[in-house]
Amino acid sequence: MKHLMPITLRVNGEIHELLVPPWRTLLEVLREMIGLTGAKRSCQEGQCGACSVLVDGRSVNSCLYLAVEAQDKDIRTVEGLMQEGVLDQIQKSFVQKGAIQCGFCTPGFVVATTSLLNENPEPSEDEIRHAMVGHLCRCTGYVQIVEAIQDAAGQLKQQRGG
Amino acid sequence: MNSPVRNTFDVVGQPTPKKDGIPKACGQAEYADDLSMPGMLHGKLLRCPHAHARIVRIDTTRAKALPGVRAVITGADFPGVRYGNLPQTRDYLPLALDVVRYIGEEVAAVAAVDEDTAEEALDLIDVEYEPLPAVFDPDEAMKPGAPLVHDKVANNISAKTAFEFGKVDEAFTRADYVREDVYETQPVKQGMLEPHACIGLWDATGKVSLWSCKMSPYVVWRQLAMGLGLELRNVRVVQTVVGGGFSGGKQEAMPMDFCAVMLSKKTGRPVKIVHTMDEVLTIGHMRHPMKIWLRTATDKSGRILAQHCKMVANGGAYSSIGGFSMYLAGAMLNIPYRIPNLRYEAYRVYTNNGFCGALRGHTNTQICFARDSQLELIAVDLGIDPIDIRHRNALQPGDVTANGFRIGTFAFDECIDRVVQLSGWREKRGRLPKYRGIGFGCGSHISGARLMGHSASAAEIRIQEDGTVHLTTGSTDVGQGADTVLSMIAAEVLGVSVDDVRYIRVDSDSTPVDPGTFGSRVTFFTGNAVKRAAEDARRQLAMIAAERLGANPDDLVFRNREIVNRHDDRQRISLKEAVRWGAFQTGRLIISHGTYAAGDEKIDFRTGHGNLSPAYNPSACAVEVEVDPDTGQVKIVGFWGADDSGFPINPMGVKGQVIGATVMSFGHALFETLIRIDGKVMNPSFRDYKMPLMTDIPRLANFRHDNVITFEPEGPFGAKEAGQGAGTGVIAALANAIYDATGARLNCLPMSPDRILFALRQKEESAGAPSEVAAE
Repeated sequence: MKHLMPITLRVNGEIHELLVPPWRTLLEVLREMIGLTGAKRSCQEGQCGACSVLVDGRSVNSCLYLAVEAQDKDIRTVEGLMQEGVLDQIQKSFVQKGAIQCGFCTPGFVVATTSLLNENPEPSEDEIRHAMVGHLCRCTGYVQIVEAIQDAAGQLKQQRGG
Repeated sequence: MNSPVRNTFDVVGQPTPKKDGIPKACGQAEYADDLSMPGMLHGKLLRCPHAHARIVRIDTTRAKALPGVRAVITGADFPGVRYGNLPQTRDYLPLALDVVRYIGEEVAAVAAVDEDTAEEALDLIDVEYEPLPAVFDPDEAMKPGAPLVHDKVANNISAKTAFEFGKVDEAFTRADYVREDVYETQPVKQGMLEPHACIGLWDATGKVSLWSCKMSPYVVWRQLAMGLGLELRNVRVVQTVVGGGFSGGKQEAMPMDFCAVMLSKKTGRPVKIVHTMDEVLTIGHMRHPMKIWLRTATDKSGRILAQHCKMVANGGAYSSIGGFSMYLAGAMLNIPYRIPNLRYEAYRVYTNNGFCGALRGHTNTQICFARDSQLELIAVDLGIDPIDIRHRNALQPGDVTANGFRIGTFAFDECIDRVVQLSGWREKRGRLPKYRGIGFGCGSHISGARLMGHSASAAEIRIQEDGTVHLTTGSTDVGQGADTVLSMIAAEVLGVSVDDVRYIRVDSDSTPVDPGTFGSRVTFFTGNAVKRAAEDARRQLAMIAAERLGANPDDLVFRNREIVNRHDDRQRISLKEAVRWGAFQTGRLIISHGTYAAGDEKIDFRTGHGNLSPAYNPSACAVEVEVDPDTGQVKIVGFWGADDSGFPINPMGVKGQVIGATVMSFGHALFETLIRIDGKVMNPSFRDYKMPLMTDIPRLANFRHDNVITFEPEGPFGAKEAGQGAGTGVIAALANAIYDATGARLNCLPMSPDRILFALRQKEESAGAPSEVAAE
């Protein structure tokens, strides 16, 4: 096949040597070539946030991000947030606070919350709302998601000894 | 009849995280698009660009010649059998045969080695169309001489319903006050984030399997068999994790499902098809847009004497569940207010638009918007407090409605009072600054419907040798929490924890048959079936344990994974030990089942009379808004709701349901609409079809929903419906709040900024002239 480009992707700490057409998105490569299906294919135009992954610690819409651009960057997907099969605090808070219904938006929200709390460990309610404005959830009405993010921030603060 | 609260339970009533929360939180839940199979091909569907056309010729030669294409199919590859939801309205085909009736209808399908190739092949299919005259507006479509969407259907009347209860004309004659208004609602989409997706396999034995995100897999199972001309035994439907449903395409077999299996037959490979969001928003499946004419008679005190409702629904090109929708809208006029005399006439009209069907709150949402908007105006006209007029007309426990609904638990008055208190209604109403307002709205819903076809649910339980519970039902978790609620019910009865219950997704080869997930039926119908299955298992276990312990089985209680003699707690045996002894030494396996059919009452759909549901629930809400008079933007400042969901089995889940339903209604009220010009959807993308975001909801401190707890005797552990009723009164509450804030009355949805500005302008122009809206 013509047009293939060799790239190296570092995903959840693993190195993947791949040949990809330059127009393939990071979402497509993650799901179809690497077999990581946690990031979801939904609107495919950056409106719903279900495809979010972390690139160098910041949440991006992987449906709008070309795989070739991710070369040499540190990519982390929702699958990479667990530690040895145990949920991280943000994932735990989403489960415990009832923030998950159908769950299709959940990987995106969890990834975006990771990004938010990295930058702003104690966000106000308004800061949470504005940080999540690129994420749609049709099931929950968002209340329990806000509560989960607040809970995660509180728990992480406690764990830091703050 | 509103029985006192009872909670002496170990499991039910406890806020419980969703059972599948962990796999969903870490990306391990397998949705249909996450699955792949060895040798799998990818399918795409060719859609028609005309609103109405005859297919003259389809030439697939060029598409088939494209490298990587493995098969191309058209309508001619299917037996030509029409399928559908109701026997009298079977008008779907897997692919169009001779005529296409709306833009986006499926005419051909391709399987290829990847999606890009399949997509490219679509462009190489040559279809010659002969465009036909089209009609988009239901009023136009009913006129003599209008183009017929379906040749044999006169005046494009897809379905009609009419019924009358009591003495309507007499009531209008003796009324002190009569008012009539017209309300219009818009096409809105389910808006689930997971697009429809499936994998079809036609194996060498002639058996067809479909893996798909279906809410009602057994409906799909029957429809696949029907449209493929197969026996049921040759069809298998396997439910994948469902990424949101809210009715629509996930209730039915869709063209993509038929095409996936037919392309598999042609290629000998599994074939996956996934809709793009553009396709999801372009095809049918949406809420019926309605024009609702409502005339109401009251006495001086605002007590409703009669209502007369005429409704015309724009059904689109096909029937879906629309025949039932027309009955349901009229039936929903009977709750939550006392309407002693009622006349209802409804027409569902075929047009060359995407077809309509059920969506959360199925027709009730539209009816509640009209009725509670009008009730507010009646209160204004008669100088009655808006709370008083609702109390005065509230249905009470023990009532029998004009159409035969028997009302059991129904804490409507309590819901109204709770909202008045939570919202600070008395302090706010009439005292808010200009352009700020508060409005009230009420709704209600059913806990499942008694249907003419398949109505009953079933559950099967096996107790494993480690004492854990293997629970199968034909009901689906679609995110609403059925997995957790049903497991909690089994756990409560058997004295185990929720984690000890393994809840199995539907596979038509191994789970009990079930009507599906709709009409708020799962907790009630399937919940009762699960409870009975668990009780049966408990009886079997008690017999074994009684033998082992030398005790009377009636004295045994099940708690903490143990069976204990209530009179002598030294006499105890672990569940695991009892199961193992029964299985290993006496050859008794614990396998049980339970069913629930909601009694043998039936609805007479010709007269509209009958007790549709085993239980009914009311809801009330108040919403506070701020309207920007320069932009017409509405900001929702606060929302306070209450509903009577009976006894909430999982309060955490109920909270998610009622708030989810509420916020969905925010979108439907204020901005969501499918914009269509001559049948073409102009906003088939989440960029342009706007749904509520986190910034569109009030701050947490001003967003509250309470359950007024009743104990419904017919419900499992006293439970009732939770997922739909709470959203039904929200749109009217917003309309009433905007009216309170601005004096402008919006009878047309959505209440978008342009319409609000227009209404404000109109109000300014007519200022000075006496007007019902100049009440500021």
